[in-house]
Amino acid sequence: MASHEAKHTISVLVENEFGVLTRVAGLFSGRGFNIESLSVAPTLDDSISRMTIVTSGDERILEQITKQLNKLIDTIKVIDFTDSEYVEREMALIKVQATEDTRAEVLRIVDIFRGNVVDVTARSYTMEITGAPSKIKAVIDLLKPIGIQEIVRSGPVVLGRGAKGWNG
Amino acid sequence: MKRTGSQILLESLLQEEVDTVFGYPGGTVINIYNDLLDYPIKHILTRHEQAAVHSADGYARATGKVGVAIATSGPGATNTVTGIATAYMDSIPMVVITGQVPTPLIGNDAFQEADIVGITRSITKHNYLVKDVRDLSRIVKQAFYIARTGRPGPVLIDLPKDVQLATTEFAYPESVELRGYKPTISGNVRQVEKAAKMIMAARRPVLYVGGGATASDAGKDLIAFAELLQTPVVTTLMGMAAFPTGHPLSLGMLGMHGTYYANMAVTNSDLLIAIGARFDDRVTGRVAAFAPKAKIVHIDIDPTSIKKNVRVDLPIVGELRDVIGKISSKLQEDKDQIAALSEHTAPWRSQIDSWRAQYPMTYKSSDKVIKPQYVIEKIRELTREDAIIATEVGQHQMWTAQFFNFCHPRTFLTSGGLGTMGFGLPAALGAQVACPDRQVIDISGDGSFQMNSQELATLVQYKLPVKIAILNNNFLGMVRQWQQLFFDRRYSQTPLDVPIDFVKLAEAYGATGLLADKPDQVESVIRKALDTPGPVLMEFRVDREENVMPMVPAGAAIDEMVLAS
Ligand SMILES: Cc1ncc(C[n+]2csc(CCOP(=O)(O)OP(=O)(O)O)c2C)c(N)n1
Ligand SMILES: [Mg+2]
Repeated sequence: MASHEAKHTISVLVENEFGVLTRVAGLFSGRGFNIESLSVAPTLDDSISRMTIVTSGDERILEQITKQLNKLIDTIKVIDFTDSEYVEREMALIKVQATEDTRAEVLRIVDIFRGNVVDVTARSYTMEITGAPSKIKAVIDLLKPIGIQEIVRSGPVVLGRGAKGWNG
Repeated sequence: MKRTGSQILLESLLQEEVDTVFGYPGGTVINIYNDLLDYPIKHILTRHEQAAVHSADGYARATGKVGVAIATSGPGATNTVTGIATAYMDSIPMVVITGQVPTPLIGNDAFQEADIVGITRSITKHNYLVKDVRDLSRIVKQAFYIARTGRPGPVLIDLPKDVQLATTEFAYPESVELRGYKPTISGNVRQVEKAAKMIMAARRPVLYVGGGATASDAGKDLIAFAELLQTPVVTTLMGMAAFPTGHPLSLGMLGMHGTYYANMAVTNSDLLIAIGARFDDRVTGRVAAFAPKAKIVHIDIDPTSIKKNVRVDLPIVGELRDVIGKISSKLQEDKDQIAALSEHTAPWRSQIDSWRAQYPMTYKSSDKVIKPQYVIEKIRELTREDAIIATEVGQHQMWTAQFFNFCHPRTFLTSGGLGTMGFGLPAALGAQVACPDRQVIDISGDGSFQMNSQELATLVQYKLPVKIAILNNNFLGMVRQWQQLFFDRRYSQTPLDVPIDFVKLAEAYGATGLLADKPDQVESVIRKALDTPGPVLMEFRVDREENVMPMVPAGAAIDEMVLAS
């Protein structure tokens, strides 16, 4: 089953118009498709926004998702990264309790994962970690026993590998 | 010269060659209505915004042109929702214009504010909130373009009152720039070649035709195609009039209330060619058992329709006439092959003929009580070949599909996808406005009629000679039929026990009312109605518990039909 209900990462280039996010989100909810994460921001051309959506479903559902996304008038391009090479990064900000006896341990973990401490208090560190979602998960697993106060994740963003851009 | 937003809207409608709009005024469109007096655009005042949208829809279905409806903000806009959803499900080209509260008030729960763009997002092909008058002409141009091209559909333009009053220079754009919207028109040549090969190899082919054939005006091409291949044709409810019912290759409608022979043909076919159809669940029955022996070729302008519900062996995205034309030319490259094909499929056609002879479309006639099917047959007999037939939703709709002979495309207006009771009367109204010289008939049920009966007033006001035939069974008949067959005759909330005097109702509005309660009155009532100028309502008191047969029960395969009850 796992391979059937696989995760898929899709980039959608859309007109940077009023309501476009609702159109895309509404399409997913209205047709019963899953959204695991969604991130969106303008591109170099500020009339175009780029969304990165992580979804799951079997082949038939994924085909419907890409077709339905393409059908939206505001959609300029849909890129499904299944079966293609891409780089994937996610960022997390993690606020960890840091007492006398855990401060050093926390810093060591930050170091190993090439994170940065972006805010410090007497009782906490807030760190920034960037990497593939699996790396973020590994950091979280290590920090949990120490005590995570709060966390925010950006959701992954992806780009295809190689020299070409989405429009050639 | 500077113009106001409201004038720019009307100028733009003229540019789109709009001659008629259907609508209902109110506070946020009062400026548009004021300016409308100065423009050569006919406005039809329906008595409900839902009816305005259904009328625009009927106008569009009868002509292929884009229908236009106008409503005020808030309740006016929300009243359009059912009409828009109906048009969306059946891919009808339409532009709906709603007034909106002034932009500074949007989001403040202002008087008569409703987020109609949000509400209609999932039932329009696209929609717009106009925030700047300088965008207005571009948006109207795009709206009409989107509504009528590709797979057609309704587009809504929400126009705040301050934008209607703001001024700018009017210039109508020459062309449409939409980088995200480029429907595929031309069918892929390799796919076309594959289709031709599959057709050549087929021994039991069937063409399965849907509403797309009407939308793309492919009627003639379809007849030529079917005749070239000598292939039997089944249609959906929406595809009904696209291929003449009386054609020797026509097997009528397939699906839940389809003919025995249409469903048997599909179930036993080895090649099913879907043309502008979308494998709705009312068509397929149990999907796993649908056309189990067939390879499926699916031709459609909308890629999302393909492989949505069923497996497809060969998808071809494109405009139907283009694709059918290309397949035909490919096949005609080899005349001998074509002749051979017809020979190879001859046994298949005679097999179908014997199914047809075994269980023809029929009903038990009576000389005591009026059979609803008899009324339909008589209307068919007594009306002109090009009469436009609208229906409501229920048993009467299915009997119309089963017993009326449709000879020309765009003569059958029915809510197929959404199944909206109350659609028929306003749709007939819109069709009559579009085609003043044609006979337009609304075949109605007593339940459905009461969902938009106020439109009798509109018919009378504009002297629209629509003829209404109510098949009165004092029941929400279609639901009652299900209760009878699957719920042990527990008729929960389906008897309509207040006997309504429909004749008097018609007369109260200033229309003519006629009654038939015996079979021998049916013909004379229809004749009289057709001979009477202006709108006429005919009430036929029909057999109350007649059922629509054959029927494929929910969850069954389409060859597992109940043939009689
Ligand atoms: C707006 C709406 N509400 C409810 C239904 C469900 N429905 C389908 S058929 C039907 C009965 C229609 O009764 P009537 O118009 O008298 O037609 P009949 O079946 O009796 O011919 C109902 C309630 C519907 N299709 N549309
Ligand atoms: Mg009824």
